[in-house]
Amino acid sequence: MKNFNGQSISWDVKDGVIELVLHREPCNEIGTVTLEELEKFVDALPVLQEQAHSLILHSTMKSGFCAGADLSELYHGAQKLQAQEAAKGVRDFLQRIHRVLNTIDAAPLTTIAALHGVTFGGGFELALVCDLLIADKMTRFCFPELRLGLIPGFGGIPRLKRDLGNGVVRDLLLTGRSFNATKAQQIGLVSQLVGEGEALRVARGTAAQLGKFDRQTATAAKKFIKPIPYDELKQEIDIFCDLFGKPAVQTGLKKFVESTEALSYLP
Amino acid sequence: MPTAEYTLEEILNLAAIHFKVPRAKLTPDDDFFKTLKIDSLQALDLLTKLEHHFHVELPDYELQGVSDFRTLANRIQARL
Repeated sequence: MKNFNGQSISWDVKDGVIELVLHREPCNEIGTVTLEELEKFVDALPVLQEQAHSLILHSTMKSGFCAGADLSELYHGAQKLQAQEAAKGVRDFLQRIHRVLNTIDAAPLTTIAALHGVTFGGGFELALVCDLLIADKMTRFCFPELRLGLIPGFGGIPRLKRDLGNGVVRDLLLTGRSFNATKAQQIGLVSQLVGEGEALRVARGTAAQLGKFDRQTATAAKKFIKPIPYDELKQEIDIFCDLFGKPAVQTGLKKFVESTEALSYLP
Repeated sequence: MPTAEYTLEEILNLAAIHFKVPRAKLTPDDDFFKTLKIDSLQALDLLTKLEHHFHVELPDYELQGVSDFRTLANRIQARL
């Protein structure tokens, strides 16, 4: 499928660049529909990558790249099931999203996340599978999972460890605070910091540059410098599933989902 | 180092510009969520603007319990 227009995502290939667009209101929360469409994408990727050297992920939602997992779907879904069934459902979801993200992480393309606004939780994890992060100055990053009694479950910790010093990872994980794109560039996470609204344009320019190089060489270089921490990723799923059953998580999810406060995205 | 009053005035000006509200409608003790009619995602946008403007890093947990401009200004002033 050279192009696809789904409920949550779309993609197209043009001039050797695959553009994967996130467009689910309000901020690309990742639930079942998004997962299914991402699975379609990775299933189509072997054919798409024959015609491409780069992949750009970006969002058309005003508030940002992606606010993370669909916590409302997660909470309400878990409420309908017995604890054991809910736990199995969560593990199944995580294994599926990990397959998607691992496939994008390992793709023989140079992958670019063009970011703006909220890039939280699962959204941050989606960005982290990319080779290059180009962020506009209004981008904010966060792993808020500890606020819910959880840890990032889409591969965020092993991938962040791959990119940053352990002290920084501990700060982000244990405080659950958000930080801006300037800070992200200072710590080596963001490769280009651009003006507000400019991330996609700059990403396209970068992709055009990437198209000048031999694909096989670029793929070999990427594989060498960007190992995928498969063992730790599996371990993260186990820890997440172990935590999910605890009462604090259900309390945290309920509070977030049912909150009418203005501050729900703040710690 | 700018005074606390200067910092407060700068915040009010930035908020007015960013959220396209007349500056005259904002006062230091206003609840900015109600006055600006914003949610937490938009509050994070304001936080980013303020961090850039004042060249500070303000962990968002410092905004717990903060809903007026004067208290927000005090938080930022403490980081200058």
